[in-house]
This record gives sequence, C-alpha cells and structure tokens, in this order.
Amino acid sequence: MQSSPDRTARKYEKIRIPDPALVLLVGPSGSGKSTFAHKHFKPTEILSSDFCRGIVSDDETDQSATNDAFEVLHFIAAKRLAAGKLTVIDATNVQVEARKPLLALAREYHYLTVAIVFNMPAKLCQERNEARPDRNFKPHVVRQQSQQLRRSLRNLRREGFRNFLYVMSTTEDVEAVQVERQPLWVNRTDEHGPFDIIGDIHGCFDELVELLKELGYEISTQPDGETVVEPPQGRKAIFVGDYVDRGPKVPEVLRLVMRMQKTGAAICVPGNHDTKLVRALRGRNVNPTHGLAESLSQLEKESTEFKTEIAEFLEDLVSHYVLDDGKLVVAHAGMKAELQGRASGRVREFALYGETTGETDEFGLPIRVNWADEYRGTATVVYGHTPVTQPHWVNRTINIDTGCVFGGELTALRYPEKELVSVPAHQTYYQPAKPLLSEPNELSPIKTQPSDDILNIDDVLGKRVISTRLHHNVTIREENTITALEVMSRFAVNPKWLIYLPPTMSPTETTNRSGLLEHPTEAFTYYRKQGVSKVVWEEKHMGSRAVLIVCRDPETAKKRFGVADDTIGICYTRTGRRFFEDTTIETELLKRVKEAIDNVNYWETLNTDWLCLDCELMPWSVKAQELLRQQYAPVGVSARVALREAVTSLETAAERGINVNSMLNDYRHRAEAVTEYVKAYQQYCWQVQSITDLKLAPFHLLATEGTVYFDKDHLWHMETLSKLCQNSEDNLLFATSYGRVDVTDDASQTEAIQRWEELTEQGAEGMVIKPLNFIVQSKRGLVQPAVKCRGREYLRIIYGPEYTLPRNLERLRSRGLSHKRSLALREFALGVEALERFIHREPLSHVHECIFGILSLESEAVDPRL
Amino acid sequence: MLLKISTTYSPATDLGYLLHKHPERMQSFGLPFGQAHVFYPEARVENCTAALLLDVDPIGLVRRPHGQFAENFALAQYVSDRPYVASSFLSVAIARVFSSALSGKCKDRPQLAETVIPLKAELSILPCRGGEKLLRRLFEPLGYTVTAEQHSLDPHFPDWGQSRYWTVTLENTCRLSELLTHLYVLMPVLDDEKHYWVGEAEIEKLLKHGNDWLAEHPEQESIARRYLKHQRRLTREALAQLREEDIQETDEATQAQEETEVEGQIGLNQLRLAAVTEALKQSGAKRVLDLGCGEGKLLRKLLPEKQFEEIVGMDVSHRALRIAQERLHYDRLPEKEKKRLHLFQGSLGYQDKRLAGYDAAAVIEVIEHLDLPRLATFERVLFEFACPRLIVVTTPNIEYNVKFENLQAGNFRHKDHRFEWTRDEFESWAVDVAKRFGYTVVFHPIGPEDENVGPPTQMAVFTRKIDK
Repeated sequence: MQSSPDRTARKYEKIRIPDPALVLLVGPSGSGKSTFAHKHFKPTEILSSDFCRGIVSDDETDQSATNDAFEVLHFIAAKRLAAGKLTVIDATNVQVEARKPLLALAREYHYLTVAIVFNMPAKLCQERNEARPDRNFKPHVVRQQSQQLRRSLRNLRREGFRNFLYVMSTTEDVEAVQVERQPLWVNRTDEHGPFDIIGDIHGCFDELVELLKELGYEISTQPDGETVVEPPQGRKAIFVGDYVDRGPKVPEVLRLVMRMQKTGAAICVPGNHDTKLVRALRGRNVNPTHGLAESLSQLEKESTEFKTEIAEFLEDLVSHYVLDDGKLVVAHAGMKAELQGRASGRVREFALYGETTGETDEFGLPIRVNWADEYRGTATVVYGHTPVTQPHWVNRTINIDTGCVFGGELTALRYPEKELVSVPAHQTYYQPAKPLLSEPNELSPIKTQPSDDILNIDDVLGKRVISTRLHHNVTIREENTITALEVMSRFAVNPKWLIYLPPTMSPTETTNRSGLLEHPTEAFTYYRKQGVSKVVWEEKHMGSRAVLIVCRDPETAKKRFGVADDTIGICYTRTGRRFFEDTTIETELLKRVKEAIDNVNYWETLNTDWLCLDCELMPWSVKAQELLRQQYAPVGVSARVALREAVTSLETAAERGINVNSMLNDYRHRAEAVTEYVKAYQQYCWQVQSITDLKLAPFHLLATEGTVYFDKDHLWHMETLSKLCQNSEDNLLFATSYGRVDVTDDASQTEAIQRWEELTEQGAEGMVIKPLNFIVQSKRGLVQPAVKCRGREYLRIIYGPEYTLPRNLERLRSRGLSHKRSLALREFALGVEALERFIHREPLSHVHECIFGILSLESEAVDPRL
Repeated sequence: MLLKISTTYSPATDLGYLLHKHPERMQSFGLPFGQAHVFYPEARVENCTAALLLDVDPIGLVRRPHGQFAENFALAQYVSDRPYVASSFLSVAIARVFSSALSGKCKDRPQLAETVIPLKAELSILPCRGGEKLLRRLFEPLGYTVTAEQHSLDPHFPDWGQSRYWTVTLENTCRLSELLTHLYVLMPVLDDEKHYWVGEAEIEKLLKHGNDWLAEHPEQESIARRYLKHQRRLTREALAQLREEDIQETDEATQAQEETEVEGQIGLNQLRLAAVTEALKQSGAKRVLDLGCGEGKLLRKLLPEKQFEEIVGMDVSHRALRIAQERLHYDRLPEKEKKRLHLFQGSLGYQDKRLAGYDAAAVIEVIEHLDLPRLATFERVLFEFACPRLIVVTTPNIEYNVKFENLQAGNFRHKDHRFEWTRDEFESWAVDVAKRFGYTVVFHPIGPEDENVGPPTQMAVFTRKIDK
C-alpha cells in the first residue's frame, strides 16, 4: 500500500499519514508525544488523555479518573471519526488493552490506523518528568511503561498497524521528521466533471462505442488497430465496473477502458466480475461460472504481457470514488453514506457486492439489503451491479445497469445534468439467472415497493437544519417540529401533494399618517432602501390562500405525484389542509381550471402535464365560517347593541342636563366605528351555494414539469395568468389588477398610492407590493418577496372595531416587524427549495423536509395581526 | 357594557343614597382594565335609573406586559367581545364602584338598605352559554321576573343563526345588595368565563357572596362548577362547605354521581379497554405498543400486568402525552417501573424504527381519526414496517349509532372522526389488510350486541403468519 516502514526504529525524513486516519502516539510518559503532536497537528485534532482527565476531575494527573477520562476520550474520538476527521490520540498507548478499543473504533468507522512510536530511553523520559512540576511519578511507572512498549513493538503490526507504523528512538529523529498528509485514494473531490457515468459493460464493446458516440465522444482507430477516444471538451467518462464476463468482446472493452484511463479520459472503479477475473489470471482456483469462462477463452488468444497489464490495471482499481466536492459518489454496487470516502475491507466489499443478508433466493442469487431505500446521504450515488429495466432514482441514488449483456440497454448518466442516455443491446448475449420482468421494480432483486414512498419520522422530528439555495441553512427548533407533526398527521393532505407552501407575508412598516397604520409609501421606501427600484403592486383580495395543483389527467397525478385516487389535482390551504371538505366542489373547481388551461393550451406551450398555481380563493367566508361565527359576527352584534344602548342612556342623561357631552360624543364615534367594522367583514362574505359563487384569483404560476418560474418577473406571472383568466368560461378565474411602480419616481408612486386609496375605498383588503423580480438578493441578503399594505377599513377586523380612535391607534403604532420579516424570508426560502427539489425529482422525503419546516416555522410565536 | 338599575320605590331618588352615587353628577372610576362611569339617565321621585357604563380597554388587555390575561384566547385578540358584554369584568366593576351597596351598607339610609324594594336591572348584552333556559333557571328561583331578547349573529346572513347574546331585564322586589350579589355571581356563570386566574380564593368569594341564597339554589352545582371554571377539586370543596357536610362524605358522593353522569360512556370504554388488555395478555406478548395512547387510559390498565415487560405509549399529540405522564404519575413511579414504560411522540403517517421489534400493538379508536386516503400509509407503517406479531384494532360500529339517543342521525360519534364503518366495511378492510401483509384476522364484538345493528365497538385481532 502507500508506505511500508520497517519494524525496527530508523531515521525517517517524512512520516506519511493518510487523511483521514486515526493516529495513535505510542510511548511512555515523558517521551515527547504531546510536544510532537502540537508541532504537527491542529489542537482540535489532538485528543489527549491528560486533558480528558482534567475535564472529568479538574486534575490532569489524577490517575483515579483514568477510566472516566478514557470514556470521554473514546466518545469524542467516535464523534470525530463519524464526521470523517483526522484524529490523533495523545496517550501512552503502550498497553495492548489501551489500543484495542481505539482499533475497534477505527474498524467501526472504516478508518486507516497509524502508530507513531516514541521508543525513547527510559532514563530520558524520567528526567523529563522530573523537570515538570505537575508530574510526580515514581521512577517505576516510566520503567514499567517502557517495558510494556518494548513488548508491544513486536505485535503492533499484527494488531492492525500493518501499513503505517513509524518507530523513532532518538530525540534527533523526532525533531527532524516531517509529517505529510495524503488524501485517501478514494478522495477525488477536486474533480468536478462534467462526467458521463456508464453502467455495466460486460464485454459489450459495440454498444459501448455507440454509447460513447451518442455522448459526443470522438472515436478513431489508430493504424495499429487501437481505438482512441477523445471526450467532448471538459468531459470525462466514469465506468462503474464489470467490464468483463458474459459478453462477446471482453479484450476489446478492456483495451479501450484501460487506454481511456491512461489518457485521463476516464475514471474506473472495479466490479465484482473484474476482481474475480484477476484472481483467475493470477492463477488462483476460481469457479469459471457467471460468464467467467467466456472472458478466459476470449483472453486466451491475447499475449501474456497484455494479460499481466489487465491484471495490474484491475488490481489497482480503487473501491469507489468521492467526486465533485463530495457531491457525487460512484461505486459498482453502491455506497452507504457512512462508508463513503472511507477505506477498509468492508468498504471494498460493499463497493463490489453491496450489502446482502447472507441468504440466497430461489434462483440461488444473494438476497440484497436495500441500502438505497434507507439512504439519507447528501451525495448523489451512481452505481450498477444489479440489472434493472429502467434506472430509477431512490433517495439521491440511481442504478444505471440496464442489463445490456442480457439484451437490455447500455446506459449512461450525464452529470451534473442528470440526463440518461441509452443504446439498446444488439442481442441477448447471455441468459440471466432470473427471468427478465417487464415491471422495473420487479426486475430488481431489491425489495419491490420502494419505501421512500412512506416518509420516515427521523426525517422530520427533532431539531433540523435544512440547507436552502436562497437563504443558507434554515434551522427548525425541536419544539416547533412537535407541533408540526400533529398538524401534518391529523389535518394535512397526502404529503405527496405538498410540494409548496406559501410563506407568511409581512406588512409595511407602520405609517405615521393620521388615522392610518399602513400606507404604500413605506413599502416603496423599504424597497428603495434595499436597492430595488422597480416594483409591482397587486390588489390584495380578502379570501383565503389556496395552492392548486392541476394535472392534465388522473394518469399524470398518479405518475408524477404518486396519488392514485383518480383525481386530477388538489386545492389546499397555506397550512396544507384540503381546502374543501366537500370533494365534489374541489373536483368541479379543478375541472374548470383544467378547461381554462386547455383553452389557452398551456399544456403545449409550457410543455407540461401539470401546473402548480398560487391563488387567493374567495369569498373569505368559505374557509372562515368558524371564525366568523365564533369571533367576528359576535363582536359585531354585541358591540352594536352595547354601544347603541350606551348612547341612548347618555342622551337621556344629557337631556336632563347632566354633563356627559364628551362621553356621548366619544360613544357616538365608537358606534360609527362598529358600523364600519360590520360593513368591513360583511364585504368579504357571501353565500356559496355552488361553484359559481366562488372566485379564484391566481397570482403566481409556480411550477410545471421540470420548471419553476422564480426567474420570471411578476409582470410575466400576471400576464400569463390573466390570459388564463380571460379563457375561463364561467368567471371562476378572476384576474387581479396590478401595476408597475418606479420607486425612484414620485409621479409613479403617487399614481400607485391613488390606486391604493381607490381600491381600499371600494372595499379591497389592500395591496401587495413586490419587487419586479421574484427573487431579489441585496448586499444584506434576501429581500422580502412581498409586503402587504392593508386598507384602513380592512384593518378593523384585525385590530378591532375601534382601532381608529386616536387613543388606540397611537398605541398600536408600536409593533415590531423584524421577527415576522425574518420568518417570511425563511419560509419563502423553504417553499422555493421544496418546489425546486420536486421538479428536480428529488425523493419525497427531501421535499417533505422543507414543507414540514414551513409548518414548523408557522408555530413560532409571532404577532398574528402582522 | 351598560348595566342599568332602576327602582320605583318612593322616593326613587333614594337609589342615589343606596348606591352612594349622586344622581346629578357623572362620576368616573379607574379600574385595572379600563374605566367605569356612573350616571343617572333618569332621577325622578317616581322612577330613578342608575347606569354603570364600563369601558374595557381592548388594546390594554392584549398589550398588558406580563401576560396577566394572556392565557385566555378571547383576551389575546383585539377583535374581542369583552369590552361589550356583561362578564367577570362587570362583576369586578360592581365590587369596586358599588362596594358598600354590594355588602348591604348605607351610611345615610341604613334602614333602606335592609328594606326590600322594587328593583329592575337591565343588561344590554349578556352572554348566556346554556341559553335562555339556564338564564331562567338561575334567576327565577331567586324571585326574578326575567325578560330576555336574543340577538341574531348578523341580520345580513340569517343562516349564520343566533348569537349567544341576550338583552336581559330582571325584575324583583328585594334588597339592592341582593340584586347586586346575584348579578356579581351569576353574570360570569352565564358567560362561563373569567378574565383572571381561578384558585382557592375564588371558593371563599363564592361562599361569601352566596351566603344567603346559594345553599338553597337548585342550580347550586352548575353555579359552583362554572364559577370555579370547571375545576373539579375546587367545585367539590365549595359544595361541601356550602352544604356544611363532612368533606370526605361529599367527596365520595360527588364521585359516585360523576360516574353515573357518564356511566354510559365509561361503561363502554371500560369494556373496550378490558377486551384489548385481555387480547394482549392471551397472546403472551411481553413488549407491547399502545399506538395513539392519548391520555393513557389503556396504559393504566396494562401497567399492573406484570406479563408486560415493556409498554410503549405513542401519540401524535404532545399535550396528550403530557397528560398521560401526569395521570400515570410517571415521575413518582419506582425506577423499575419507569424502565417498563416509555412515552413518546410519533405519528402513524411516518415509518418509525422505534416501533420495530415489538410483540404486539394496540390501536384503539384511532383509525377513524385518519383521513381515508391516508389509511394506506398507516397500513404500511404498522403492518409492513413495525409488523408486530399481534395487532389489535378497534373502531366504532356505525350501525350502532341509531341506538345513541343524544346522537343526531347522520352524525359521527366525535367531531374529529373522518369516517365510521359498518361491520361489513371494517371486516372487509381488515381481511384485505391481513391478506396483503401476511396476517390472519379474527373479529370480536365489544359492548352489548344488538340483534340488528351489532355491538357499539368492533375489534379486529391480527396475528402475523410468519416469524420475521
């Protein structure tokens, strides 16, 4: 392997250690371990037993704390190893019992182990200890440790320090030596591709050449008959292994692949068939089954040099590779998250064979454990090994072995594009042990029904950190996930429909204009300050937020969303609940929206079978019936009667000369305010007998197949949707009025403010003001995607009937927006993330994570009136 | 909120002495939650009316810094009926503004305070939970003539129906202090709400103000219960003191009565828990799950059974689990018992490795709370991923609903039920699930079986066919 130092002490110029590795410093107290460690390693990389003694007992020399100290040390070491960090154990480590648990840890986490031994004269160690005030060992302690070390030296290699054992015996050696870290061979994170990852070839040379051509590789034949492959600019091929056996042209495939690797045109990992061939070529006794016989007979004609070359090539292949900053992993039979980038016998075995239960099925094939179903890693894993008729994404993993040699196809995955390119097999070269089945899931010996269909509690509960494209990491607090779990489980619709939830929206800063709390000027000022000059206003309807997914047909709902209940979509609220309890209304609503889409033919122009729309559904009373009956109407009637009676009594008192004038005046104003309040809520209520009484106002076209429309500005959204509304036959779809504002231009702002005044006087809730572009990042980060500016009368149902009385308004002006705004940004980032993940066909759990996050954030305590 | 008190006693203006408020002046009083004003719309010798006008500041209520009122939802809203209705706020105002009148004292006319006079009280808006019926049952035994007018929620939307507000006139010939005391106690009782924390001290208040009349009042129990915000312990104590009985005795009596009150339900529930416990015991299970354990009723039955070495209660509601923990006195269990019992939050909509490897699972009255389309997920979570050897599922038998007198035809037994099944529906579902996931299933009735409609509750016991 990478280095082979001698057992006995000698002079090293360099100590080479793999990174990551578990490094044990071995030597008696006073042999210079700590000094060495601090010279060559980061303080955080060093775990010292003295330090741990201090942590548990306040005394680094307290030997009675040793057991506890080592428990702590092993615990921390395990955490670091799990995280893939290089870790140095600074303890005497002279006893085999001390090294044993550390070696076990290394095995558990698939770490290479390094021993650096300080075999110093006992006398020197003793002198050093005596010079230190905090060390008052008796001389026999160091003597004993030196003896233990000498006894250990013989066995270190056998114990598990086979490849990296360094022994130093003089102070000079220790001082002169350099430490050099070498990344593991599996680590090729600095290669970013783009790549073309190609499945199991099994000697199918002709199909390989066709596929490479299809992928844009230039293929020419040299005068000596050698095939030369020139990749397209910047691209590189990656082969997932199993080059040999079963197929017709094994030597040709090997020649091509080896040459591509040599010229840097390809990266290769080994397959189980390849390693078996090596053993045969090296003269081992191997059973020539599963197509090995074909390879051997084809290779018979080849020269001995070529065969040696093949054996060396195959032997040198590294189990798997981690590429592109850790975002891509390629291995023959796949790779679990915790094994990625690690090196051990188990890792290699997993790469070659996957994980099996140790049992075999009725065809004599090993029963596999479905690691992909449980995969929760962040890296994309591309693999082969088990033939499937169709590659199928499961939790960011994909199997691209489409059984070319069995008469299937040879498939490549283009990365990062994630496009699949296949060429069909010319013929069936080999009969599979299992009959080929037409259903993709059945073909795979892997358990049939994918379990990523059912969400896992581990993916939602507890504190979560969700990384989003827009807003870095969004943290979800545990107490909020507790609430969200209940909401999600008891009330939300099938999680497969939940690909988006709208964010909460902040109001404008509070205005100081008399009689008002909100005014468009503050919204314009906010955006101007954020460096946004072009904004749009849209009328804010007083209804309920509704997200609509409309599919072309039930087949699409089933295929794309996995919902097989014969519906063509869904209409859900901002908390993920079904909008209508009555499914006949929902069905009718979806049907009519679909017809409008048919009429404008967005299926073709947007090249999609489904649309996701963000809308407001009116009237408010459809969804708010309970609120109206429990809160709004009762307040209206009680206030009306109570104030009327009060006014009458005050009038009677005034008539007989009691001085109640100022109170009477005040009560008359209050009675008027209450009348306005009742009018305000009544405007948003009307009887709904049938669907014709509903109004649906769409304002964002969120997504269609493969596309999100966050790169389109709001004018595009409004125009695209108003076309849809015009083509709605029965006025169900309702176009929203909107306009463009230049917040650096007074006239433009004045015009918009006038519109706001008109609209709110006519009873509109108000306006939503958005930057022209859907997503705006300023120097300080993400800008509010929208702020609302609500009308004076509407706010009565938020702040109470009498909020406009000066004594009330003054107090209400102090309201803090910052929490609401931060919440709005986090929810916006999560919503966008969820949709983007969905259109990129990420697994359900990854989409759901974001949706669950939004629901959790919604349970954060924030002033509900904002 | 306006309360008017009138009298036709002659001279009626003596009301001013009784209330200790001058009939020719308007007076204002500061209160912690607003202001009270007293004035006289009318002050003639034949008839005199005093008005107590209460201004509750809605913004002050919400914005109160240390959340004195925050626990109560209605008070945390700006859009609140509290400023406009007769409630505990008005009781507090009466006690502050008319304190001497309330306690029956009158410096200037001590005789009059002791005299019964014709009195009329008018409440502009009185919320009555329990409706006019309760209103009359509370005031009529005390000698009042009650006139009440109910208000509809919104005349524009007649289909929204009636509000819970009434304009009420109460007439009686009694002492003023009695009228005020009755109002003081009974307004919050009708409203069934209090704006402040109700504790031990509230019992004293009730007994003090109810001194002369509560012991004989036929509605004393509901008065005490509502006045003490439905806290059982407080109610029991108050009633015991009221009846001057030995507490112990009353305690038992009340408990017995509480039980008979809900006998029907508890009876069925007990039968159900007993049947499930028996099924679990029979199976020989040692480690059992109670999925959807709620407040821990089944867990309480399982705990004493030593056969069960490990008992897990899971529920989606964190609140229910907290209550379960209290009811089971989890914190006071001996260490060994604590180790047998685990409670955690989880959901039957998610696969959960914490549920794997158990002998048996009980899913009692749970499936009917799941949306039908999401039942498929539940099936896989339980039968495919958790897959205990034995699964016990119970659910209502909808056929039996006709036998419940209090249940309107066509309604489910609980508001949150998403469906209720007939015996056929339940059995065909269970048979299909058993077939798909490799279980056998047998059915048991729970509760009295009716010839035509079967038992009130149905139970399916699934047994896994193969060992895993």
